[in-house]
Amino acid sequence: MTKKIDTDSSRFELLTRLGDNVLIMGHRLSEWSGDAPTLEEDMALSNIALDLIGQARLWLTAAVMEEGAGRTEDDLAYQRDVRDWHNLHLVELPNGDFGRTMLRQYFFDAYHLLLLEGLSKGCDREISGIAAKSLKEVRYHLRHSSGWVVRLGDGTQESHNRMVNALEICTPCVPELFEVDEVYRSLEARDLVPAMNDLQAQWERQVHAVLSEATLSMPEITNPMSGGRVGLHSEHLGYLLAEMQFLQRAYPGATW
Amino acid sequence: MTNAPDQWPLWEVFVRTKRGLNHQHTGSLYAADAKMALENARDLYTRRQEGISIWVVPATDITASSPEDEGSFFEPAEDKVYRHPTFYPVPDGVENL
Repeated sequence: MTKKIDTDSSRFELLTRLGDNVLIMGHRLSEWSGDAPTLEEDMALSNIALDLIGQARLWLTAAVMEEGAGRTEDDLAYQRDVRDWHNLHLVELPNGDFGRTMLRQYFFDAYHLLLLEGLSKGCDREISGIAAKSLKEVRYHLRHSSGWVVRLGDGTQESHNRMVNALEICTPCVPELFEVDEVYRSLEARDLVPAMNDLQAQWERQVHAVLSEATLSMPEITNPMSGGRVGLHSEHLGYLLAEMQFLQRAYPGATW
Repeated sequence: MTNAPDQWPLWEVFVRTKRGLNHQHTGSLYAADAKMALENARDLYTRRQEGISIWVVPATDITASSPEDEGSFFEPAEDKVYRHPTFYPVPDGVENL
């Protein structure tokens, strides 16, 4: 990767992580288009996917501006291999059934909202601006996904069982949400990002309340995921990228 | 799409496009309850900035006039032209009418 000399690499890294999370999450949700349980839900999921992909454009555009190496948002989206993606494991988890998608989405939305609230109060005007713009959308996402978690958890025996199963699959991805590395520490010190300890405490409190209402509880985490932020991913991301990047890989530079 | 929506009630959706205008019927949808109906309505009918306010009403709560009554309900109005303001000439000199 070529960089200009005075690039703030931790800022570039932050912007890329933020963009990668929402782009992969958005792509995952887009896989439901035309295939959701109801027409109404199909539209809801597609809307949310589009919100997230729109947010990804803002973050990744800011990232390439920071980098100053002449790359574009599309270069980041379509030209990077698995190891260069810095998203969380949670967002690359396959959709599974609708219940699993909703639980994954709820975990992400709750985290995303707190993160954006923190970023919107940060001292970097570009970052706080994008965060503030995204917040309105994400409040709605959270309302949608938390509603479904309660509905399905406290629904029929079948839906409850599926949510228990979804918890088993999604929960190992939770500790990674709050992992702090050197990059994050340096950003915290500069007041660019919210303090991760506080964020985690709030997330756990809120999620606990919603899961209780859904008659569910967090299972014990025995095999936590780690390392998405530095490019270590599950096997699922490669397949996702193969589909998402297919066109630009097959026809480099194609536009329409 | 599965048959799941068949088990959910039907809701009629009314959207107000601008402050000061009336809510207008824009369509219908399936939802398990009022909260879901409102959220679905938001996603289905206001995604291109069509509205600033939404009403959802269970379709079963709407009482409609029946097509057989069309004659007795609506036709008698046809020859009552004097019910239209344009039937009356406005006298000269009347302001603010």
